[in-house]
Amino acid sequence: MDDSQDLFVGEDGRPRSVTVDLYNDSSLQVEISDAVSERDKVKFTVHTKTNLAHFKKPEFSVVRQHEEFIWLHDTYLENEDYAGIIIPPAPPRPDFEASREKLQKLGEGDGSMTREEFAKMKQELEAEYLAIFKKTVAMHEVFLQRLAMHPILRRDHNFYVFLEYDQDLSVRGKNKKEIFGGFLKNIVKSADEALITSMSGLKEVDDFFDHERTFLLEYHTRVKDSSLKADRLTRSHKNVAEDYIPISSALNVLGTQESSAISRSFIKLAELFEKLRKVEGRVASDEDLKLSDLLRYYMRDSQAAKDLLYRRARSLADYENANKVLDKARMKNKDVKQAENHQLVCCQRFEKLSDSAKQELIDFKVRRVAAFRKNLIELTELELKHAKASLLLLRNCLVSLKMDH
Amino acid sequence: MTYERGSSCDACASVTAALSSLAWLMLQAVAGGGRFRCLHSVVSLGWLLVASGVPWSIVTRATAVARVLGDGSLPALYPAAATAPDWTQAGWTGGGRFTARSAHTASNAASGDPVVVERRPLRSSPSSPEPASLHAEDISTSNGPKPAEISLEDDREDLFAEATEEVSLDSPEREPILSDEPSPAITPVTPTALVTPRIDPVMFERCKEELEEEANGDSFDIDISVSDPEKVGEGMNAYMAYKVTTKTSLSIFNKKEFSVKRRFSDFLGLHSKLASKYMHIGYIVPPAPEKSIVGMTKVKVGKEDPSSAEFVEKRRSALERYLERTVKHPTLLQDPDVQQFLESSELPRAVSTQALSGAGILRMVNKAADAVNKMTIKMNESDAWFEEKQQQFENLDQQLRKLHTSVETLVCHRKELSVNTAAFAKSAAMLGNSEDHTALSRALSQLAEVEEKIDQLHQEQAYADFYLFSELLSDYVRLITAVKGVFDQRMKTWQKWQDAQAMLQKKLEAEAKLQYANKPDKLQQAKDEIREASPGVSVCKDEK
Repeated sequence: MDDSQDLFVGEDGRPRSVTVDLYNDSSLQVEISDAVSERDKVKFTVHTKTNLAHFKKPEFSVVRQHEEFIWLHDTYLENEDYAGIIIPPAPPRPDFEASREKLQKLGEGDGSMTREEFAKMKQELEAEYLAIFKKTVAMHEVFLQRLAMHPILRRDHNFYVFLEYDQDLSVRGKNKKEIFGGFLKNIVKSADEALITSMSGLKEVDDFFDHERTFLLEYHTRVKDSSLKADRLTRSHKNVAEDYIPISSALNVLGTQESSAISRSFIKLAELFEKLRKVEGRVASDEDLKLSDLLRYYMRDSQAAKDLLYRRARSLADYENANKVLDKARMKNKDVKQAENHQLVCCQRFEKLSDSAKQELIDFKVRRVAAFRKNLIELTELELKHAKASLLLLRNCLVSLKMDH
Repeated sequence: MTYERGSSCDACASVTAALSSLAWLMLQAVAGGGRFRCLHSVVSLGWLLVASGVPWSIVTRATAVARVLGDGSLPALYPAAATAPDWTQAGWTGGGRFTARSAHTASNAASGDPVVVERRPLRSSPSSPEPASLHAEDISTSNGPKPAEISLEDDREDLFAEATEEVSLDSPEREPILSDEPSPAITPVTPTALVTPRIDPVMFERCKEELEEEANGDSFDIDISVSDPEKVGEGMNAYMAYKVTTKTSLSIFNKKEFSVKRRFSDFLGLHSKLASKYMHIGYIVPPAPEKSIVGMTKVKVGKEDPSSAEFVEKRRSALERYLERTVKHPTLLQDPDVQQFLESSELPRAVSTQALSGAGILRMVNKAADAVNKMTIKMNESDAWFEEKQQQFENLDQQLRKLHTSVETLVCHRKELSVNTAAFAKSAAMLGNSEDHTALSRALSQLAEVEEKIDQLHQEQAYADFYLFSELLSDYVRLITAVKGVFDQRMKTWQKWQDAQAMLQKKLEAEAKLQYANKPDKLQQAKDEIREASPGVSVCKDEK
């Protein structure tokens, strides 16, 4: 892959972007064909099309909930065999709280709003709700599709169960103890990580991994920061768009109440604001989809890559330990065979892990670059389109206001 | 009731002056050739009598004329009583037409799409028969003008009819639309930044220019700017001094161009003087910007943060708009206080405008008393025109307030948006730095640059929104309050009139009783009292 090439000129090689294009292999196609939002939960209908012999039918669907996705993800994490693979990050919990609150406030709300204003705001909020819903569906879908695409991960037994098993997997959400346990585990893990990486004895023999480690650490923090800022940006953009609604309706009222020369201008202005609002709203949501989502996903993905590196480092540490034990055993001439076996095992493990990690990290880079490229191109194209549209609107309004004069 | 002593020879002098100027203008109208000219003169004459845009001042003018010509007593309301009173001066139409300049928007449209609001003047159809009928009514109740004058007044009635069609009577309350147009180089906020919305004097001249020239004899062109706020003094006694520059070709001023230094309390002092002089005869005095203790304290303390710079900028532009509105009103322009304010280098310190002072507290007490009175006065609204107008104003006030709050939220959110965009730009730049794929890194840095530019644009837009739209709306909300104040004044004077009338009634009854009881000296006393009371009645009616 030629780094110095301009990003937006075509790249050879298979781009594996966030929204997965199913390359060549259609032996296992997974998608979320439907989703239903009930009060607290969302039920996803996972639809599988396959020609693999393992499955009973070539095409089938099951209904899954968010917790089952998390369960699946955790089983991957806990499986030692997959230690050398970047596990696709789990989809985030569907969170409708914010928009539900807003809808509620609107409902109770303000007698000061005219009927049209109220209808418009309600429409806006409903659209927002719908957008969040679509996003969460997409996230879950991407998770499954990445699993299906990966040559090793797709063969997992749990995955098959997840896709096929008709009934409820009866996976309960983590209860308090498990959540707390998970929390503790995280702390231990990060402490361990810090220890390992700073351990003086551990020399990173491989330049590649060294470079990757520094890169990933920095990248991860920066992506996190950008993702936060992008979120804030999108939110304030949405606020501005929403502000146009009361302005437009107030101008409308002013225009209809007075019957004078200026009232026509007021009404025109009110219309302008209304149309601008729609455009602004679309700009905001595009920013959200293309930019914020992208950044957020890569925040999670880079975290997963970091986890991989950690696992590798862990196994390297184990390997080193095994070496030491072996040396000691050789010196004492006790349990040498055992130690040798252990060391061999560790060595093999480490080697295997390193190899697959290398491949994975390279893939990660390719994937990341392609995803950024795709999304940034789309973002700028859409923004250009919207900017042209609003420019046209404003010019027309200006001309018509001048004509009145 | 001082006018009684107020020399009748004074009255005579003014009467003759008035009569002569009237005659001169009538002569001009008749002798001046073509119909156009005649119409013009007629209109300008009508103007003289129409005076300000406030409707009932016509009535007062008419009654004043009736008074003057009738019983020779001159209401002491007119400050410059020695010379021909105010109503010989040109009336103010306020129907100026202002348009936002298109060039500016074209240049900005490509970059920032500011929402340029172009508005139009209003020409509502005033009820022309109304003043005339009121006028007639008043004449009949007056002490009988000399029959010779009635024909003159009839003429004037017709003039009124014509004049009212030409002149938009109630324009000041409507949106006299200012074209506040920021100069193309709007710089984002720095302590010395000036966004200068300017009323383009050229625009104003375009309308009614010929008429005004006829009336005044010189072109109405005066351009005021408030600039260079600088902090004078230190600590709590510090204040901001603003430079007020006037460029004019009016003959009433000594020089063509001059500037003085003024501080905020000077502006407030000017406003209070004008209000006390003109409010109760029904002019609408433009309201001054409000005092803000918090803002000023921050400035005094000397914090150089952007919010205090913004505050100073806001205040500066508000003061500029205030002065511009004040001088647009021809009567106010002729006022010696205004001229002194603009010209003289030293102004007596207007202490009574201080927030925490005896005068301030007195003002507050007065305001409270007024509010109570307003509730108790039940005016018998005989004039449907007023009722309708009042209703309209209530509505307009509500709408404008609502619009104003919405625009303020918009400005606030846009500022937030610009801040967030700036933060994101930085973050994207850092991301681009850490990205090791060079092409992507380049792309991300470019994204960061673009976002920075977008941030600047958002800031500009926020400023435009604020100074063009939001401040304008708040000015109008305040103007409407002033209008309502005038409405209230009218109510108050009506009340006084009623009271005076009641008193007159009582005195008449007392006199009748005394007459009946044949007590001659008491009779004389009663007659004196009556004579005292009746002019009181007429004064109050005039005020109304």
